[in-house]
Amino acid sequence: MPSRKIVLRFPSQIVDKPLIYHLVKDYELMVNVLKANVNPFKEGFMVVELSGENDKYEQGLSFLREQGVRIDHLSENIVRNIERCTHCGACTDICPSGALFISRPSMEVIFDDEKCVVCGVCLKTCPVKAIEVNFNGKQ
Amino acid sequence: MGVKKTYAEINEKIKSGKVVVVTAEEIIGMVEEKGVEAVAREVDVVTTGTFGPMCSSGAFFNFGHPKPRIKMHRVWMNGVPAYTGIAAVDAYLGATELPDYDPLNSDYPGEFRYGGGHVIEDLLAGKSIKFEATGYGTDCYPRKKIETYITLDEINEAFLFNPRNAYQNYNIAVNASNKTIYTYMGTLKPNIGNAHYCSAGQLSPLLNDPYYRTIGIGTRIFLGGGVGYVGWNGTQHSPCGPRGENGVPLGGSGTLSVVGDLKQMSPQWLRGASFLGYGATLTVGIGIPIPVLDEESVRLAAVKDSEIFAPVVDYSDDYPNGTGKTLGSLSYAQLKSGVVEINGKEVSTAPLSSYVKAREIAGILKQWIVKGEFLLSEPAQTLPSADSEITFKGLQEKSAP
Repeated sequence: MPSRKIVLRFPSQIVDKPLIYHLVKDYELMVNVLKANVNPFKEGFMVVELSGENDKYEQGLSFLREQGVRIDHLSENIVRNIERCTHCGACTDICPSGALFISRPSMEVIFDDEKCVVCGVCLKTCPVKAIEVNFNGKQ
Repeated sequence: MGVKKTYAEINEKIKSGKVVVVTAEEIIGMVEEKGVEAVAREVDVVTTGTFGPMCSSGAFFNFGHPKPRIKMHRVWMNGVPAYTGIAAVDAYLGATELPDYDPLNSDYPGEFRYGGGHVIEDLLAGKSIKFEATGYGTDCYPRKKIETYITLDEINEAFLFNPRNAYQNYNIAVNASNKTIYTYMGTLKPNIGNAHYCSAGQLSPLLNDPYYRTIGIGTRIFLGGGVGYVGWNGTQHSPCGPRGENGVPLGGSGTLSVVGDLKQMSPQWLRGASFLGYGATLTVGIGIPIPVLDEESVRLAAVKDSEIFAPVVDYSDDYPNGTGKTLGSLSYAQLKSGVVEINGKEVSTAPLSSYVKAREIAGILKQWIVKGEFLLSEPAQTLPSADSEITFKGLQEKSAP
């Protein structure tokens, strides 16, 4: 069962619709909300990890698109600014998913965005602010 | 017969392009392969490096006088206050100083996104800094206020003067309480959920010269990407604590005060840093050459991570309350492996000091020396060492005498 992380953007007209409910009920998708910012009458966004049968997954996404939701794939949206990163390593044992880790014996800090769950803990932990969040082009 | 070399002989070799320089990392394998004596004959200089947050850092500035003149009583650089209790247009900007508007830890844990260290980094990056000063007005310095913008090139002097850098060794910080704590050693997870350390270990300057045989007052060094000098021992220099059989201190120990022309330095090697819930600081890059004067120089510089130990300290209780208690000790080889055992539990580790950058600094310094651009200086005076009888004092609370 594939599991994918995506960013959903809701125009202000549809933020009051129970879209996630339909994903679960009509398309049998498992929804894990990683980050969300949904307010009445404002454009909202949600970062979710979706898993389910391939067909149902595609149908669920089509449903969202029909409702006016913009969908982007998430990877590459937490960015490590390689110019700023000093490879100190302070982020590596705070990162809960193992996306930031030290390669041994070089002791370089590696960022594997495939493993990143966009929890944002590294943003505040990084002493030199080398981690930047960039939700599909919008900060 | 033992190997003996002088600073003058080594500097002649540097000038004639015949000098052999290796880093404190490279010398380890060489000694294992060839032995101390052969390496002492072959190698003339060992370069060290460290790149980590060093709070006791800052810079002196002379801004020049506006017309009419002003005795600066208060100064702000990008909103960060600088110390003005010196001459009229001189000031000292400390790395950990914060803007007056910073919410500090009132919104716990505070983010401390911008402080003195960041101002220094911005100046080095060529940025224009908002400069504000007020004065109370005197007959000779009548002006009471100035607001302008400055760059590093536009001011007279700017020199880094760090009262305590390059700690010889350091604590391993853990948190034995049941909630997350935010410290200058980073974010520590509850129930000893992680362990943070902060040293370049086998590459760190004072760990390769544990008794300060060659690193002393006047030693020329790599500082923040430029050339600097050791000015004095650092504050809290405490060389008389316990040491291992190899002479390496088993805890904090020696420190250095360093000075250098900020205008030569680079934002790559002096970086503003923020520690969640703690404060702002400056990450400083330092590299120090160690001349091979004899076989002892090689023996000491060949120290490796598995032979350097640091104490494990609970930053939720023992550290803040100064109990002096430790939870054991671990080697840097264990720490660098990523997992250690503390109180019978597997704990993941993370460094705060960049080993990658420490290696890069040792490599740059090596190149400077090989190219003949950097000569070694013999200390004008050595630093107090293990026989100095220095004691490490706490502050006593007393009533008026």
